[in-house]
Amino acid sequence: MNYAPGIGFQILQSVFVVLAAPLLMGWVNQCRAWLQNRSAPSLWLPYFTLAKLFHKDAVIARDASPLFRLTPYILFGCMWLAAGIVPVLATDLPFAPAADIIALVGVFALARVFSALAAMDIGTSFGGLGARREMLIGFLAEPAMLMTLFTAAFISGSTQLTTIVETLAHREFAIYPSLAFAAVAFVMVLLAENARIPIDNPSTHLELTMIHEAMILEYSARHLALIEWAVAIKLFAYMTIGIALFVPWGIAEAGNWAALPVAFASLALKLAFAGAGLALLESQLAKLRLFLAPEFLSAAFLLAVLGMLTHFLVRG
Amino acid sequence: MSLASQFVNLLAALLLLIAFAMLTQRRILTLIHLFAWQGVALSASTFIVAGSTGQTHLYFSAALTVLLKVILIPWVLHRLIDRLNVKWDVETLINIPTTMLIGIGLAIFAFALATPISQMASTLTRSTLGIALASVLLSFLMMIVRRKAVPQVIGFLAMENGLFLAATSATYGMPLVVELGVALDVLVGTFIFGIFFFHIREQFDSLDIRHMEKLKED
Repeated sequence: MNYAPGIGFQILQSVFVVLAAPLLMGWVNQCRAWLQNRSAPSLWLPYFTLAKLFHKDAVIARDASPLFRLTPYILFGCMWLAAGIVPVLATDLPFAPAADIIALVGVFALARVFSALAAMDIGTSFGGLGARREMLIGFLAEPAMLMTLFTAAFISGSTQLTTIVETLAHREFAIYPSLAFAAVAFVMVLLAENARIPIDNPSTHLELTMIHEAMILEYSARHLALIEWAVAIKLFAYMTIGIALFVPWGIAEAGNWAALPVAFASLALKLAFAGAGLALLESQLAKLRLFLAPEFLSAAFLLAVLGMLTHFLVRG
Repeated sequence: MSLASQFVNLLAALLLLIAFAMLTQRRILTLIHLFAWQGVALSASTFIVAGSTGQTHLYFSAALTVLLKVILIPWVLHRLIDRLNVKWDVETLINIPTTMLIGIGLAIFAFALATPISQMASTLTRSTLGIALASVLLSFLMMIVRRKAVPQVIGFLAMENGLFLAATSATYGMPLVVELGVALDVLVGTFIFGIFFFHIREQFDSLDIRHMEKLKED
């Protein structure tokens, strides 16, 4: 058996996700600016920001423990791992057996725990506030996310993301009401988990409303750059998971190098659509009060559970 | 599974989703819109069943559904809330996430109840029986947890939608005479409820039906 193409795919994909993630962020920001009638920032702005941050000197609070310094690397590592094992371009990857949906949710949870710990580490009130809010959102979003993924897992009979993708990409055309429910629930979870608008505003520094930004207020320079990059990769990873579950067509088959350009093109197209859709959604919605977030997320949970039940009832 | 059957399933799932949305909705105006959309989903599914099984009387009932539940009753309800000047947020007895969880429980119960029945059935629409039952129960729940009279009536009307779907899915619909009778009943019921609203408000200066618990003056 020849492992070379698989390893080649794996390396290519891992490098690709890290490099492309800020571009996706830039695209979302650009779409948002267009929709709000502002002149749009450059598509490459996230790269410039990262470069600028990497060249600065880090300022770290006197009381910071090693955990505080370590967290950005852990965050970046978790997100890179998650984005690297999701079948983005091809299904046949050496790391693919690790892309179990439960493990993926676990990786995201690990990152969340460390970012919350680091936020409380300095002892500023904002950090603790942000961490608590983040954990509130996280514990509500996680079951909804798992239920969404289980719906897809039931249809394909495996919790392995690659198997799910292969099953869904090769099925004959059929309408799956359960998948439609799951897709809506997934979008809601995506918004909540990536600190997007109905739950959190990614571009605010208003103390009353910020969640994610409150946690990373103490970070600067290279640490901040790593965190920002990790956030971009997280968004990328969520979008690719969504694409893998709900619109998996066009992905490259096992060891098929020739299908790679098509896979690239279709992925770029889907991501462009997803990014524009995200910007559109965010422009349509208003930020919810924090105490309405449980309602939003329990609606997502409800949709996901309904999807699963519908699958059992109508076998589709 | 045939394409028609898949479409019917999709529309039934949509109907259930709208039932849940109504359960969790706070604004009366949105509630009425959701009710109208439920009627759209119902009549579309009836229409598809009619087309794929050749039951011509189902065309009539689909048309009747559009006429009554999508156009006439929502219009009447709009007029009513305009006249009564009730556009405030709906109060619920239980908070909304808890209501949703109870709703999920009811849906599971209904699905479990309907699965053995639908396994014996051979109709095109057999798998939607559980969904129909669930939406009936959800509308019941909505009538129970709402305090104000208007949402309760919308819950009642939504229950009729669920029953209609159940009839379509179990036996390809009731005889046309029965359907006409039910449709007329619903229409008349809406008007009577409308008159009741005015009386309740005149009596108690509010549409909160808790006031009706103490009818005696003391």
